[in-house]
Amino acid sequence: MNGVHDMGGMANLGPLAPEDNEPVFHAPWEGRVFAMTIASPTRVNLDYGRHQRELIPGPDYLPMTYYERWFRSLSDALVRRGFATLEEMESGRASTRSAKVTPRSAGEIITGLSSRGSYLRERTAAPAFAIGAQVRARNINPAGHTRLPRYVRGHVGVIERCHGAHVFPDSNARLAGEDPQYLYGVRFAGAELWGEESDPRLSVALDLWEPYLEPA
Amino acid sequence: MAHDHPHDHAEGQHPPSDMHLRVKALESILVEKGLVDPASLDAIVEHFAEGVGPRNGAQVVARAWTDAAFRQRLVKDATSAVAELGFMGSQGEHVVAVENTAQVHNLVVCTLCSCYPWPLLGLPPVWYKSNAYRSRAVIDPKGVLHEFGVEIDEGVEIRVWDSTAEVRYLVIPQRPAGAEGLDEAELAARVTRNGMIGTALL
Repeated sequence: MNGVHDMGGMANLGPLAPEDNEPVFHAPWEGRVFAMTIASPTRVNLDYGRHQRELIPGPDYLPMTYYERWFRSLSDALVRRGFATLEEMESGRASTRSAKVTPRSAGEIITGLSSRGSYLRERTAAPAFAIGAQVRARNINPAGHTRLPRYVRGHVGVIERCHGAHVFPDSNARLAGEDPQYLYGVRFAGAELWGEESDPRLSVALDLWEPYLEPA
Repeated sequence: MAHDHPHDHAEGQHPPSDMHLRVKALESILVEKGLVDPASLDAIVEHFAEGVGPRNGAQVVARAWTDAAFRQRLVKDATSAVAELGFMGSQGEHVVAVENTAQVHNLVVCTLCSCYPWPLLGLPPVWYKSNAYRSRAVIDPKGVLHEFGVEIDEGVEIRVWDSTAEVRYLVIPQRPAGAEGLDEAELAARVTRNGMIGTALL
Protein backbone atom coordinates (compact mmCIF):
# COMPACT_ATOMS: atom_id res chain seq x y z
CA MET A 1 0.00 0.00 0.00
CA ASN A 2 1.46 3.34 -1.02
CA GLY A 3 0.90 4.89 2.40
CA VAL A 4 2.74 7.55 4.39
CA HIS A 5 4.35 4.78 6.47
CA ASP A 6 6.60 4.12 3.45
CA MET A 7 8.94 7.00 4.30
CA GLY A 8 12.33 6.09 2.87
CA GLY A 9 13.86 9.05 1.01
CA MET A 10 11.40 11.73 2.12
CA ALA A 11 12.59 15.04 3.57
CA ASN A 12 11.45 17.57 6.13
CA LEU A 13 9.50 15.20 8.39
CA GLY A 14 10.69 16.77 11.61
CA PRO A 15 13.71 16.67 13.91
CA LEU A 16 15.62 13.53 14.92
CA ALA A 17 15.86 14.66 18.53
CA PRO A 18 17.88 11.83 20.11
CA GLU A 19 17.40 11.76 23.87
CA ASP A 20 20.01 10.87 26.48
CA ASN A 21 19.18 8.11 28.98
CA GLU A 22 15.84 7.47 27.35
CA PRO A 23 13.39 5.32 29.35
CA VAL A 24 11.83 2.25 27.68
CA PHE A 25 8.39 3.80 28.08
CA HIS A 26 7.85 7.55 28.54
CA ALA A 27 4.59 7.10 30.43
CA PRO A 28 2.93 4.05 31.96
CA TRP A 29 0.18 4.13 29.30
CA GLU A 30 2.75 3.44 26.57
CA GLY A 31 3.74 0.20 28.28
CA ARG A 32 0.07 -0.78 28.67
CA VAL A 33 -0.67 -0.15 24.98
CA PHE A 34 2.39 -2.10 23.95
CA ALA A 35 1.48 -5.01 26.26
CA MET A 36 -2.18 -5.03 25.19
CA THR A 37 -1.14 -5.20 21.55
CA ILE A 38 1.12 -8.19 22.26
CA ALA A 39 -1.52 -9.98 24.37
CA SER A 40 -4.56 -9.13 22.26
CA PRO A 41 -6.35 -11.81 20.21
CA THR A 42 -6.07 -9.37 17.28
CA ARG A 43 -2.35 -10.23 17.09
CA VAL A 44 -3.05 -12.85 14.44
CA ASN A 45 0.39 -12.52 12.92
CA LEU A 46 3.08 -9.84 12.68
CA ASP A 47 2.23 -8.81 9.14
CA TYR A 48 -1.44 -8.40 9.96
CA GLY A 49 -0.43 -6.22 12.91
CA ARG A 50 1.86 -4.04 10.79
CA HIS A 51 -0.86 -3.60 8.22
CA GLN A 52 -3.27 -2.40 10.92
CA ARG A 53 -0.90 0.48 11.61
CA GLU A 54 -0.60 1.23 7.90
CA LEU A 55 -4.39 1.48 7.71
CA ILE A 56 -4.37 4.55 9.97
CA PRO A 57 -5.21 7.39 7.55
CA GLY A 58 -2.07 9.32 6.57
CA PRO A 59 -3.13 12.71 7.95
CA ASP A 60 -3.72 11.04 11.34
CA TYR A 61 -0.64 8.77 11.20
CA LEU A 62 2.01 11.39 10.51
CA PRO A 63 1.67 13.58 13.62
CA MET A 64 0.98 10.69 16.03
CA THR A 65 3.63 9.54 18.49
CA TYR A 66 4.61 5.89 18.15
CA TYR A 67 2.40 4.42 20.85
CA GLU A 68 -0.56 6.54 19.80
CA ARG A 69 -0.30 4.63 16.52
CA TRP A 70 -0.32 1.36 18.44
CA PHE A 71 -3.33 2.50 20.46
CA ARG A 72 -5.25 3.51 17.35
CA SER A 73 -4.40 0.36 15.40
CA LEU A 74 -5.27 -1.89 18.34
CA SER A 75 -8.63 -0.14 18.84
CA ASP A 76 -9.41 -0.37 15.12
CA ALA A 77 -8.35 -4.03 14.89
CA LEU A 78 -10.55 -4.99 17.85
CA VAL A 79 -13.55 -3.59 15.98
CA ARG A 80 -12.47 -5.02 12.60
CA ARG A 81 -12.07 -8.51 14.06
CA GLY A 82 -15.39 -8.28 15.90
CA PHE A 83 -13.93 -8.45 19.41
CA ALA A 84 -15.47 -5.12 20.39
CA THR A 85 -18.00 -2.68 18.96
CA LEU A 86 -17.49 0.91 17.96
CA GLU A 87 -20.00 1.81 20.65
CA GLU A 88 -17.89 0.10 23.30
CA MET A 89 -14.79 1.87 22.06
CA GLU A 90 -16.54 5.23 22.18
CA SER A 91 -18.19 4.73 25.57
CA GLY A 92 -15.14 3.06 27.13
CA ARG A 93 -17.39 0.40 28.66
CA ALA A 94 -17.81 -3.23 27.69
CA SER A 95 -21.28 -4.42 26.71
CA THR A 96 -22.57 -7.60 28.28
CA ARG A 97 -21.53 -9.84 25.41
CA SER A 98 -19.33 -12.70 26.47
CA ALA A 99 -15.75 -13.25 25.40
CA LYS A 100 -14.99 -15.25 22.30
CA VAL A 101 -11.53 -16.33 23.36
CA THR A 102 -9.53 -17.61 26.30
CA PRO A 103 -6.82 -15.05 26.92
CA ARG A 104 -3.26 -16.30 26.77
CA SER A 105 -1.59 -16.53 30.17
CA ALA A 106 1.39 -14.42 31.20
CA GLY A 107 3.62 -17.51 31.18
CA GLU A 108 2.53 -18.52 27.71
CA ILE A 109 3.15 -15.05 26.29
CA ILE A 110 6.56 -14.52 27.92
CA THR A 111 7.69 -18.00 26.86
CA GLY A 112 6.59 -17.18 23.32
CA LEU A 113 8.49 -13.89 23.37
CA SER A 114 11.67 -15.56 24.59
CA SER A 115 11.66 -18.77 22.53
CA ARG A 116 13.62 -19.35 19.38
CA GLY A 117 11.22 -18.91 16.48
CA SER A 118 11.69 -18.93 12.73
CA TYR A 119 10.06 -17.51 9.63
CA LEU A 120 11.91 -20.01 7.45
CA ARG A 121 9.57 -22.40 5.61
CA GLU A 122 9.89 -25.28 3.19
CA ARG A 123 9.69 -24.54 -0.50
CA THR A 124 10.31 -27.22 -3.09
CA ALA A 125 11.14 -24.96 -6.06
CA ALA A 126 14.74 -23.77 -6.32
CA PRO A 127 15.58 -20.06 -5.84
CA ALA A 128 15.25 -18.10 -9.10
CA PHE A 129 18.25 -15.87 -8.44
CA ALA A 130 21.88 -16.69 -7.67
CA ILE A 131 24.22 -14.73 -5.43
CA GLY A 132 25.74 -11.92 -7.49
CA ALA A 133 22.83 -11.75 -9.94
CA GLN A 134 21.52 -8.35 -11.00
CA VAL A 135 17.83 -7.88 -10.27
CA ARG A 136 15.31 -5.12 -10.69
CA ALA A 137 12.79 -4.39 -7.94
CA ARG A 138 9.47 -4.68 -9.73
CA ASN A 139 7.24 -1.66 -10.15
CA ILE A 140 4.26 -2.96 -8.20
CA ASN A 141 1.76 -0.85 -6.29
CA PRO A 142 -0.35 -3.30 -4.30
CA ALA A 143 -3.43 -2.01 -2.49
CA GLY A 144 -2.67 -4.23 0.50
CA HIS A 145 0.38 -4.81 2.69
CA THR A 146 3.80 -5.10 1.07
CA ARG A 147 7.38 -4.84 2.29
CA LEU A 148 8.73 -3.48 -0.96
CA PRO A 149 9.37 0.22 -0.29
CA ARG A 150 8.60 2.67 -3.09
CA TYR A 151 12.13 4.06 -3.10
CA VAL A 152 13.61 0.86 -4.60
CA ARG A 153 10.85 0.04 -7.11
CA GLY A 154 12.18 0.02 -10.66
CA HIS A 155 15.79 0.12 -9.48
CA VAL A 156 18.55 -2.41 -10.09
CA GLY A 157 20.48 -4.08 -7.31
CA VAL A 158 22.66 -7.13 -6.72
CA ILE A 159 21.70 -10.28 -4.83
CA GLU A 160 24.07 -10.52 -1.89
CA ARG A 161 22.60 -13.46 -0.01
CA CYS A 162 19.64 -15.80 0.09
CA HIS A 163 17.96 -16.23 3.49
CA GLY A 164 15.93 -19.26 2.33
CA ALA A 165 12.16 -19.27 1.86
CA HIS A 166 10.36 -17.03 4.39
CA VAL A 167 6.72 -16.31 5.18
CA PHE A 168 5.50 -13.87 2.52
CA PRO A 169 4.04 -10.75 4.22
CA ASP A 170 1.85 -9.66 1.31
CA SER A 171 -0.14 -12.88 1.67
CA ASN A 172 0.18 -13.38 5.42
CA ALA A 173 -1.08 -9.87 6.23
CA ARG A 174 -4.39 -10.52 4.50
CA LEU A 175 -4.70 -13.89 6.26
CA ALA A 176 -4.37 -15.70 2.94
CA GLY A 177 -1.70 -18.11 4.16
CA GLU A 178 2.07 -17.94 4.57
CA ASP A 179 2.86 -18.61 0.89
CA PRO A 180 6.63 -19.00 1.55
CA GLN A 181 8.89 -17.26 -0.96
CA TYR A 182 12.66 -16.97 -1.23
CA LEU A 183 14.03 -13.96 0.61
CA TYR A 184 17.16 -12.24 -0.67
CA GLY A 185 19.51 -9.60 0.67
CA VAL A 186 19.70 -7.12 -2.23
CA ARG A 187 22.15 -4.21 -2.32
CA PHE A 188 21.48 -1.03 -4.29
CA ALA A 189 24.08 1.64 -5.03
CA GLY A 190 23.26 5.08 -3.68
CA ALA A 191 23.48 6.61 -7.17
CA GLU A 192 21.04 4.00 -8.54
CA LEU A 193 18.43 5.00 -5.94
CA TRP A 194 19.08 8.71 -5.56
CA GLY A 195 20.85 9.81 -8.72
CA GLU A 196 24.28 11.09 -9.61
CA GLU A 197 24.35 13.55 -6.70
CA SER A 198 24.29 10.70 -4.22
CA ASP A 199 27.33 9.84 -2.12
CA PRO A 200 29.39 7.45 -4.30
CA ARG A 201 30.36 5.50 -1.17
CA LEU A 202 26.71 4.85 -0.17
CA SER A 203 24.80 1.63 -0.68
CA VAL A 204 21.48 0.47 0.78
CA ALA A 205 20.63 -3.19 1.38
CA LEU A 206 17.08 -4.52 1.78
CA ASP A 207 15.66 -8.00 2.32
CA LEU A 208 13.27 -8.62 -0.57
CA TRP A 209 11.10 -11.60 -1.47
CA GLU A 210 11.34 -13.24 -4.88
CA PRO A 211 7.95 -11.96 -6.16
CA TYR A 212 9.30 -8.40 -5.69
CA LEU A 213 12.17 -9.05 -8.12
CA GLU A 214 12.78 -9.64 -11.81
CA PRO A 215 16.02 -10.35 -13.71
CA ALA A 216 17.88 -7.23 -14.87
CA MET B 1 26.27 14.17 20.85
CA ALA B 2 22.58 14.03 21.83
CA HIS B 3 20.83 17.24 22.80
CA ASP B 4 20.82 17.94 26.49
CA HIS B 5 17.35 19.41 26.89
CA PRO B 6 14.75 17.01 28.23
CA HIS B 7 11.76 16.14 26.10
CA ASP B 8 9.46 13.18 25.95
CA HIS B 9 9.03 12.67 22.25
CA ALA B 10 10.87 13.11 19.02
CA GLU B 11 9.04 15.07 16.33
CA GLY B 12 8.59 17.80 18.94
CA GLN B 13 5.09 16.48 19.57
CA HIS B 14 3.14 15.38 22.57
CA PRO B 15 0.31 12.88 22.72
CA PRO B 16 -3.12 14.12 23.84
CA SER B 17 -3.14 14.74 27.58
CA ASP B 18 -6.00 12.30 28.09
CA MET B 19 -4.14 9.33 26.56
CA HIS B 20 -3.73 7.63 29.93
CA LEU B 21 -7.51 7.75 30.43
CA ARG B 22 -8.25 6.43 26.95
CA VAL B 23 -5.76 3.60 27.42
CA LYS B 24 -7.22 2.80 30.82
CA ALA B 25 -10.69 2.60 29.27
CA LEU B 26 -9.43 0.27 26.54
CA GLU B 27 -7.75 -1.94 29.11
CA SER B 28 -10.96 -2.25 31.15
CA ILE B 29 -12.88 -3.21 28.03
CA LEU B 30 -10.34 -5.90 27.13
CA VAL B 31 -10.21 -7.25 30.67
CA GLU B 32 -14.00 -7.16 31.19
CA LYS B 33 -14.55 -9.00 27.94
CA GLY B 34 -11.96 -11.57 28.92
CA LEU B 35 -9.77 -10.83 25.92
CA VAL B 36 -6.57 -10.26 27.90
CA ASP B 37 -5.35 -11.33 31.31
CA PRO B 38 -4.17 -8.24 33.25
CA ALA B 39 -1.35 -10.29 34.81
CA SER B 40 0.02 -10.93 31.33
CA LEU B 41 0.11 -7.17 30.66
CA ASP B 42 2.20 -6.61 33.80
CA ALA B 43 4.51 -9.44 32.76
CA ILE B 44 5.01 -8.07 29.25
CA VAL B 45 5.81 -4.56 30.51
CA GLU B 46 8.26 -6.01 33.02
CA HIS B 47 9.89 -8.23 30.39
CA PHE B 48 10.67 -5.27 28.16
CA ALA B 49 11.48 -2.79 30.92
CA GLU B 50 13.80 -5.18 32.83
CA GLY B 51 14.39 -8.42 30.94
CA VAL B 52 15.86 -7.32 27.63
CA GLY B 53 17.95 -4.33 26.66
CA PRO B 54 21.15 -3.20 24.97
CA ARG B 55 23.33 -4.89 27.58
CA ASN B 56 22.51 -8.17 25.80
CA GLY B 57 23.87 -6.90 22.51
CA ALA B 58 26.85 -5.36 24.32
CA GLN B 59 27.72 -8.80 25.67
CA VAL B 60 27.68 -10.18 22.11
CA VAL B 61 29.94 -7.38 20.85
CA ALA B 62 32.41 -7.74 23.73
CA ARG B 63 32.60 -11.48 23.08
CA ALA B 64 33.25 -10.81 19.40
CA TRP B 65 36.07 -8.41 20.31
CA THR B 66 37.77 -10.90 22.61
CA ASP B 67 37.07 -14.27 20.98
CA ALA B 68 38.09 -14.51 17.31
CA ALA B 69 36.35 -17.87 16.80
CA PHE B 70 33.09 -16.46 18.19
CA ARG B 71 33.41 -13.40 15.96
CA GLN B 72 33.78 -15.69 12.96
CA ARG B 73 30.65 -17.64 13.91
CA LEU B 74 28.79 -14.37 14.57
CA VAL B 75 29.57 -12.94 11.16
CA LYS B 76 28.74 -16.25 9.43
CA ASP B 77 25.52 -17.10 11.30
CA ALA B 78 24.58 -14.53 13.94
CA THR B 79 21.28 -16.24 14.82
CA SER B 80 23.13 -19.32 16.12
CA ALA B 81 26.03 -17.34 17.60
CA VAL B 82 23.82 -15.08 19.74
CA ALA B 83 21.77 -18.12 20.79
CA GLU B 84 24.99 -19.53 22.31
CA LEU B 85 24.73 -16.62 24.78
CA GLY B 86 21.03 -17.31 25.32
CA PHE B 87 19.66 -14.48 23.16
CA MET B 88 16.66 -15.43 21.06
CA GLY B 89 12.96 -14.72 20.78
CA SER B 90 10.46 -12.40 19.17
CA GLN B 91 12.02 -9.91 16.73
CA GLY B 92 15.28 -11.82 16.90
CA GLU B 93 14.32 -14.91 14.93
CA HIS B 94 16.90 -14.24 12.21
CA VAL B 95 19.92 -12.09 12.99
CA VAL B 96 22.71 -10.76 10.78
CA ALA B 97 25.77 -9.10 12.36
CA VAL B 98 27.68 -6.56 10.28
CA GLU B 99 31.18 -5.34 11.10
CA ASN B 100 32.36 -1.75 11.17
CA THR B 101 35.95 -1.42 10.00
CA ALA B 102 38.28 1.41 9.04
CA GLN B 103 36.82 1.11 5.51
CA VAL B 104 33.13 0.40 6.18
CA HIS B 105 30.48 2.01 8.39
CA ASN B 106 27.12 0.26 8.82
CA LEU B 107 23.82 1.91 9.76
CA VAL B 108 20.52 0.13 10.51
CA VAL B 109 17.02 1.51 9.90
CA CYS B 110 13.48 0.32 9.30
CA THR B 111 11.89 2.73 6.83
CA LEU B 112 8.48 1.00 6.83
CA CYS B 113 7.89 0.63 10.58
CA SER B 114 10.19 -0.02 13.54
CA CYS B 115 11.89 -3.42 13.07
CA TYR B 116 14.63 -3.82 15.67
CA PRO B 117 16.43 -6.76 17.33
CA TRP B 118 14.42 -6.95 20.59
CA PRO B 119 16.31 -9.84 22.26
CA LEU B 120 19.63 -8.02 21.71
CA LEU B 121 18.75 -4.34 22.13
CA GLY B 122 15.32 -4.25 23.79
CA LEU B 123 12.68 -1.89 22.40
CA PRO B 124 13.87 0.84 20.04
CA PRO B 125 14.41 4.45 21.15
CA VAL B 126 11.95 7.12 20.00
CA TRP B 127 14.39 8.59 17.46
CA TYR B 128 14.74 5.20 15.71
CA LYS B 129 10.95 5.11 15.21
CA SER B 130 10.71 8.78 14.26
CA ASN B 131 9.50 9.93 10.85
CA ALA B 132 12.78 11.85 10.48
CA TYR B 133 15.10 8.87 10.96
CA ARG B 134 12.98 6.47 8.92
CA SER B 135 12.87 8.88 5.99
CA ARG B 136 16.43 10.22 5.98
CA ALA B 137 18.69 7.32 6.96
CA VAL B 138 18.56 5.73 3.50
CA ILE B 139 19.12 8.90 1.44
CA ASP B 140 21.29 11.05 3.70
CA PRO B 141 23.02 8.82 6.26
CA LYS B 142 25.94 11.23 6.62
CA GLY B 143 23.58 14.09 7.45
CA VAL B 144 21.83 11.89 10.01
CA LEU B 145 25.15 10.77 11.51
CA HIS B 146 26.28 14.39 11.71
CA GLU B 147 23.27 15.14 13.91
CA PHE B 148 24.41 12.34 16.19
CA GLY B 149 27.84 13.96 16.34
CA VAL B 150 29.39 11.29 14.13
CA GLU B 151 31.59 12.33 11.20
CA ILE B 152 32.51 9.70 8.65
CA ASP B 153 35.71 10.12 6.65
CA GLU B 154 35.39 10.77 2.92
CA GLY B 155 36.89 7.43 1.88
CA VAL B 156 34.70 5.29 4.14
CA GLU B 157 31.97 3.20 2.55
CA ILE B 158 28.51 3.58 4.13
CA ARG B 159 26.27 0.54 4.11
CA VAL B 160 22.69 1.16 5.20
CA TRP B 161 20.52 -1.83 6.13
CA ASP B 162 16.77 -1.29 5.75
CA SER B 163 15.09 -3.99 7.86
CA THR B 164 12.27 -4.92 5.48
CA ALA B 165 11.89 -8.60 6.51
CA GLU B 166 12.14 -10.75 9.66
CA VAL B 167 15.91 -10.37 9.62
CA ARG B 168 17.35 -8.11 12.29
CA TYR B 169 20.71 -6.36 12.05
CA LEU B 170 23.34 -5.83 14.72
CA VAL B 171 26.32 -3.57 14.07
CA ILE B 172 29.60 -4.77 15.57
CA PRO B 173 31.37 -1.47 16.29
CA GLN B 174 35.11 -1.10 16.04
CA ARG B 175 36.82 -1.85 19.32
CA PRO B 176 37.73 1.49 20.91
CA ALA B 177 41.38 2.46 21.05
CA GLY B 178 42.95 2.30 24.48
CA ALA B 179 40.74 -0.58 25.63
CA GLU B 180 43.47 -3.21 25.30
CA GLY B 181 43.77 -4.17 28.94
CA LEU B 182 40.03 -4.53 29.57
CA ASP B 183 38.29 -7.85 30.12
CA GLU B 184 35.06 -8.90 28.42
CA ALA B 185 32.74 -7.42 31.08
CA GLU B 186 34.62 -4.10 31.09
CA LEU B 187 34.51 -3.99 27.31
CA ALA B 188 30.76 -4.70 27.31
CA ALA B 189 30.28 -1.64 29.51
CA ARG B 190 31.88 0.47 26.75
CA VAL B 191 29.40 -0.70 24.10
CA THR B 192 26.47 1.65 23.58
CA ARG B 193 23.07 1.00 22.05
CA ASN B 194 23.65 3.62 19.33
CA GLY B 195 26.99 1.98 18.56
CA MET B 196 25.13 -1.24 17.74
CA ILE B 197 22.68 0.62 15.44
CA GLY B 198 25.46 2.58 13.78
CA THR B 199 24.64 6.09 15.03
CA ALA B 200 27.64 6.24 17.36
CA LEU B 201 31.32 5.38 17.24
CA LEU B 202 32.94 3.98 20.35
